[in-house]
Amino acid sequence: MIGSTKQNAILRRLAQAIPVVVIATFLVFSLLKLVPGDIAVTLAGDNASDARIAEIRQIYGLDQPFLGQYFSWLGNVVQGDLSRSLLSGESVGASIARSFPNTLLIVVLAILIALVLGIPLGVVSASRPGGVIDTILLAIGSLGIAVPNFWLAMLLVSFFALNMNWLPATGAVPLTTSISGALAHAILPAVALAAGGVAEVMRQLRSSLVEILGSQHVRTLHAKGLSPSAILWRHSLKNVSVNLLTVTSLLFNRLFAATVVIEAVFAIPGMGSLVVKAAMNRDFPVVQGVVFVMVLVVVGVNLLTDILYRVFDPRVAR
Amino acid sequence: MTDMTFAIPRPTGLGRFARWLRRDLRGAASLAFLLLLLTLSALAPVIAPYSPTQQDFSAIFAPISADHWLGTDDLGRDVLSRLIHGGTASLYASFLAVAIAILLGVPVGLLAGYLGGWIDDAISRIIDSFLSFPAIVLAIAVTGALGIGLTNGMIAVGIVFAPQLARLVRARTLVVRNELYVDSARCFGATTAHILWRHITPNTIQPVIVHVTLLLAAALLAEASLSFLGLGIQPPEASWGSMLARAYQNMEIAPEQMYPPGIAILLTALTFNMLGESLRDVLDPTLKRN
Repeated sequence: MIGSTKQNAILRRLAQAIPVVVIATFLVFSLLKLVPGDIAVTLAGDNASDARIAEIRQIYGLDQPFLGQYFSWLGNVVQGDLSRSLLSGESVGASIARSFPNTLLIVVLAILIALVLGIPLGVVSASRPGGVIDTILLAIGSLGIAVPNFWLAMLLVSFFALNMNWLPATGAVPLTTSISGALAHAILPAVALAAGGVAEVMRQLRSSLVEILGSQHVRTLHAKGLSPSAILWRHSLKNVSVNLLTVTSLLFNRLFAATVVIEAVFAIPGMGSLVVKAAMNRDFPVVQGVVFVMVLVVVGVNLLTDILYRVFDPRVAR
Repeated sequence: MTDMTFAIPRPTGLGRFARWLRRDLRGAASLAFLLLLLTLSALAPVIAPYSPTQQDFSAIFAPISADHWLGTDDLGRDVLSRLIHGGTASLYASFLAVAIAILLGVPVGLLAGYLGGWIDDAISRIIDSFLSFPAIVLAIAVTGALGIGLTNGMIAVGIVFAPQLARLVRARTLVVRNELYVDSARCFGATTAHILWRHITPNTIQPVIVHVTLLLAAALLAEASLSFLGLGIQPPEASWGSMLARAYQNMEIAPEQMYPPGIAILLTALTFNMLGESLRDVLDPTLKRN
C-alpha cells in the first residue's frame, strides 16, 4: 500500500517534468528567431553561395510557418537527430557525445572535492557556532563563494602548471585512454570549480546541523546521557544527510554551467568550448543542441533528486 | 479636532536605516564600499589618470610606479585607468541584467500569485522551464543569435534571472493575498491593479531587495565570464572580465596582470553578497540568527 503511493508520487513527479522539457524545447528553438535579418543569409555567413543559403533554409524549413518549423525540428530531436554543424558538417549529436565526458569528469570530480572538504568543515563549524574556528571558516567560505572561479583557475595554472610544472596546464585526456592522465588533466579545473562548492556544502551543512543540535530531540538525547559525539555523528548527521542531497543537486546544476568558462581557461574540449565556439561562429544547430542537452541534464538531475528524496526520507514519502 | 493625532513613536525609514548601519558593521562596510565603487564608476573619466585606451609602446608591462600606480598592460595602457573604466562597464552590465530581471520577474510573480488557477499553473511551469537553463549558457546562445556584445549578453542573463524573482514574489503574494486588509480593499471596490500596487507589492518587496543584491553578485560574475570568453565587451573598451582575458593571454610573460581585475571582481562580488546577507538579517525577522 505504502509502496504504491510512493510509486504514484514518483510518477506524478515524472509527469511534471514533461511540460518543463516541452517548453524548454520551444525556448531553445525560438533562439533561432533572435537572429537578425534573413536567418538563412545571416547563418550562412559572408560570401555564401545561393545553394548554401537554400540548404540552410531547407535544414530549418524556413519556408514554413513558425509552428511548422518548430514541430519539424522537434520531430527530429525526438528521434535523436540534432541536425548537423553548419561549419564542419559533423552531426551535432556526435560532437556532444565526444565533449560531454570531458565536462562530466570535471564536474563530478569537483562535486567530490566539495563534499569531501565541505562536510567535515561544516561539522567542525557547527560543533561550536560563533567560536573562533567557525568565524574563520565562515569568512573563508564567503571568499570561496565570491571568487570568480575562472580567475582562481588562472591562479592555479600559473602556480601549479607554469611555475612548478607539476600538472599539465591545458587539454584533456579521456578516461578510457589513461585514468591517471585523465585525472592529472582534470584535477586543476575541478579544484577551481569546487571552491564555491566547498563553501556552499559547508554553509548548508552548518546551518542545518545548528538547527538540529538546538532542537528538543537533541536536548532529550543529552538528558539521556548520550555523549556529544554520539549525538553529532549517530543522530544529527543522519537527520541532515538528506539535505546534502539537495545541496549536491543544486551544486551539480551550478557547476555544470560554470564549467563553460573553466574549460576555456584549460582549453578542455568539453560542452562549454563547443558552445562558445559555435556561438562565435553562429553555428546555430550546435548552439541549440548543446543548450538543449544541458537543459535535459539539469531537468534529469532535479528529477532524480526528488525521487531519491522520496525513497530515502520517510518524512517526505506520503 | 480632526487634525489631532496621537503620536506613536515609530521609527521612521531613515531611523531604521541608521540603526541598521550602527548595528551591523558588515552592512555598513559593504554599503560604503559599494558607494565608493559607484562614485569611481560614475566619475571614471574625471578620476582615471589616463585614457583607458591610450597606448604607449615605450612602456609595455611597466611595473608599479608613481606614474602608473598599477603598472601598464601589454599595449602600455595604464592598468588603474582601465580598472576604473572597466568597473563602469562591469557595474553597468550587472545593474542592467538585474533591472531586466526585476521588470520581468516581479510583475509575472505578482500576477501568478494573485490570479491563481490555471494562469498560475501555466506561469509556474514556464518558470520551472526557465530555471532549468544554465544562465551563462543561455547568455552565450543569445549572444550567438543576436550578435556579440555586452548588452545582448546581459539582457539574456537578466531573462534567466527573472524566474528566480518571479518565484519569490509569487510565493509571497500567495500569503499576502489572503490577508484581511486585502479583502477589505476588495470590499471597498479597489481594482485589481490598485490592490496589486498598493497592498501586495509593498509586502513582497523585502525578500526581493535581498535577492536582488545577491543577483547583482551573480550578474557581475556572469559579465566577467562573458567578457572573458570574448562574447561580452569588445576591445579596445575594458571591463574586468576582458582585462582578465588579456591577462590570460599574457599569463606566461606577465602573470601579475591577472591580479588587479581578479581582486576587483572578488571584492565587488563579496560586497554584494555581504550586503545581501546583512539586509536579509535586518529585513527578514522570521530568520533566526545563528
